[in-house]
Amino acid sequence: MNLWWLMLVCGVITFAIRYSFIAAEGHYQPPTWFRRLLPFVPIAALMALTAPELLLVHGEIVLGGSNPRLWAGLVAIIVAALWRNTLLTIGCGFLALYLLQRS
Amino acid sequence: MNRTQAFSLGLRSVMPMLLGVAPFGVIYGVVALQSGIPALAAMAMSSVVFAGSAQFLLAQLVGAGAPLLLTAGAVGLVNLRHALYSASVAPMLAHLPRRWKILLAYLLTDEAYAAAIPHLMAVKPDSPQSAQAHWILFGSGFGLWAGWQLATLAGVLIGAQLPANLGLEFALPLTFIAIVVPMIDSRARIAAALAAAAGAVALAGMPYKVGLFIAAMAGLVAGIAMPRRVK
Repeated sequence: MNLWWLMLVCGVITFAIRYSFIAAEGHYQPPTWFRRLLPFVPIAALMALTAPELLLVHGEIVLGGSNPRLWAGLVAIIVAALWRNTLLTIGCGFLALYLLQRS
Repeated sequence: MNRTQAFSLGLRSVMPMLLGVAPFGVIYGVVALQSGIPALAAMAMSSVVFAGSAQFLLAQLVGAGAPLLLTAGAVGLVNLRHALYSASVAPMLAHLPRRWKILLAYLLTDEAYAAAIPHLMAVKPDSPQSAQAHWILFGSGFGLWAGWQLATLAGVLIGAQLPANLGLEFALPLTFIAIVVPMIDSRARIAAALAAAAGAVALAGMPYKVGLFIAAMAGLVAGIAMPRRVK
């Protein structure tokens, strides 16, 4: 029983966080600097999610050849910058990872 | 763009991420069962909480017998970054009735947001398209929700027999790269990207992914602090 209560509480908390600004929109007047922050949200949030996946191996920064994800990620970054194509980026990233892990 | 086109655009955009999310869902199902959570509750968690990393944490803390308040607080911290997504899409959803806002908030995950946001930002405010733009977010949100439920179910039912370690999770960072890199088109955006990346790596050791949230905030501040180029 306790588990179901815990689940419900966690569901409500998660929903409340996601609903917060959506619900408040129109009911408050945010300062102008707040609006200027918003265009940077996708870049800042997704970079924060991605960088540790590329640079860290078991919590340590690994830059050498023993970290194929870093090099595969760099290949993906270059492909994404040049061609701006999602599937091409993912395909080249996986191909690079596969080749690096084999060698 | 009508609502069907918008919905399918969102759905298509989230598809590559399902490749990376599916193994996580399967592993979550396995971990939940190992933590002593009944199969039905493990499945229900994917609908009620619907947040990947928070569900992993929940399963671990339940397994360790942590008290309710600590567990709930930890889940809140892990999901804190979703408030940024909420702030980011709020102006675009302002015109919608409450039932739509509730539905889209429920579906607002990392992946659904990432898949939809480049398309949402391309829609000009007050253009005819902007009235249907929320269908993009609904498409990506629904696609991820359905994929997560199926993956969890597979983890709970077949679990350990499924092949793990295929490296498919790497689809997630690769898709994020495909979304973010084309967005980085100014000095301010480079500053935001570098600050967030450096912060996330430096603070990765912080508990409950708090470092992720702080790093994202550092990225935002770096973005507006960067002086605009004087022409």
